[in-house]
Amino acid sequence: MLAFEKNINFTCYIECFQDIYQNNYFDMLKGLTGVRAFFAYSVIFTALVFICCSSENKKSDKVQVDMNSSEQDSLALKGIKAAKQVFYSLPSPLETAMILKRAGAVYSEEILNSADNTSRYNTNKSMALNLGIYSTDLSYASLFDQTQASIRYMTASKKMAEGLGILNAIDNSIIERLEANVNNRDVILDLISETLLNTNSNLEENDRVSVGSIILVGGWVEGLYIAITLAENSKTDNSELINRIIDQKLSLNTVINLLNQNLDNADIKSVLADVNEIKAIYDQVSISVSGVEAIPNSKSGVTTLRSKNVTSVSPEVFTKLKAKVVEIRNKYTY
Amino acid sequence: MKSLAYIAIVSIFLAASLTGGAQCKNFAKKICKQELAPYIHDGNFNAAILTEGEDAELFKTFYAGQEYRISICCEETLPKVEFKVFDVDKKLLYTNASNNYSTSWDFKVEATQQLIIVVKIPSDENNADIPTSGCVAIMFGLKTE
Repeated sequence: MLAFEKNINFTCYIECFQDIYQNNYFDMLKGLTGVRAFFAYSVIFTALVFICCSSENKKSDKVQVDMNSSEQDSLALKGIKAAKQVFYSLPSPLETAMILKRAGAVYSEEILNSADNTSRYNTNKSMALNLGIYSTDLSYASLFDQTQASIRYMTASKKMAEGLGILNAIDNSIIERLEANVNNRDVILDLISETLLNTNSNLEENDRVSVGSIILVGGWVEGLYIAITLAENSKTDNSELINRIIDQKLSLNTVINLLNQNLDNADIKSVLADVNEIKAIYDQVSISVSGVEAIPNSKSGVTTLRSKNVTSVSPEVFTKLKAKVVEIRNKYTY
Repeated sequence: MKSLAYIAIVSIFLAASLTGGAQCKNFAKKICKQELAPYIHDGNFNAAILTEGEDAELFKTFYAGQEYRISICCEETLPKVEFKVFDVDKKLLYTNASNNYSTSWDFKVEATQQLIIVVKIPSDENNADIPTSGCVAIMFGLKTE
């Protein structure tokens, strides 16, 4: 089974340099001098390395075949047809915030990571984790129509994205549009969705999926932290929030599979170690899912997937879970 | 002059190599996102270049109380895409083959659960030449209150 993620293969660069040297590609530039020569050498060198390494990456992703005859071409193409792409999709910060609101969460700004903390985050890992954390805080504030907080969290997210070199994912025009639509929640949510898509696609295109995974895990941990803190402080019925916290056991495997795709990255390894500590506690939570039945509704056009989950968690396990999530989230934000 | 022509050719190759991924992103943003309306896109990017005969699997947990729209969109050069939704026991819950190859499906779950979405680009048996490739995106829309 092929994974969707790709790894940067630095050995390809060495092979490309050897290839460029052996094939005398620069002979064509004999006679050029000065700025023109510098420009020409730079363009050709970049192009050759890029094309060479692109083909190397493709080789590792696809079935390798000898393309010597049309018959072999046909066989090769049949081989490619067996390939499969696998995606592990975590709830996005926007979805996390919606789940919290539907579960009866109230708005509590003091539990969020302050937008003034951005100067604390200087490493790729801390910026990626806090881009996820700020994106969840931004989505949560926006769903509760907290426009000033939304602008602050969008600005904080922009700083983290720029620090990570994700250019143009959140530009000034997004912040201006946010300020111009403070009373229009749908437009604000659409802007958040756009910035998340820009960030994710930019990282995907540039073979930086490990950074994208860390951002998602940061957002997921923040969602869990907000839910746990609100459930603890709640003076009313918090059973729905508790149910959503228990439900995260079902997302844990997705988190782990996502991180396992880039285990050669040290930051991923350390985040995975944290997630495994949460998993050790969730292993003591039991969820039994009954058979699922699809009930279409021709009037609304919305199918209901009918099933029932039976969950069981002891107060001691829940307390341990709370402590662990708070510990990890605080580690990420301080 | 001859050297400048070489430079131009190499630059075109470079630009062509860079556009594949960006094309998929632009396609997802401009075409697929619109198909989710009035649902709001969750912001995740699940898109790849697939070839006829290839399939893709996506694992995702869906939460009780939230209404979702799955939208599968692919470039016009590709044949009709098949998509199926299974529960974790591999029980088929939905196939667009029974729904005129619709590219979207609206649903909600009574209890939170993980589902598997399988997208397949069928092989065109009439086309013995090189199979067609194109961008395929699996997008999720969320219904707001």
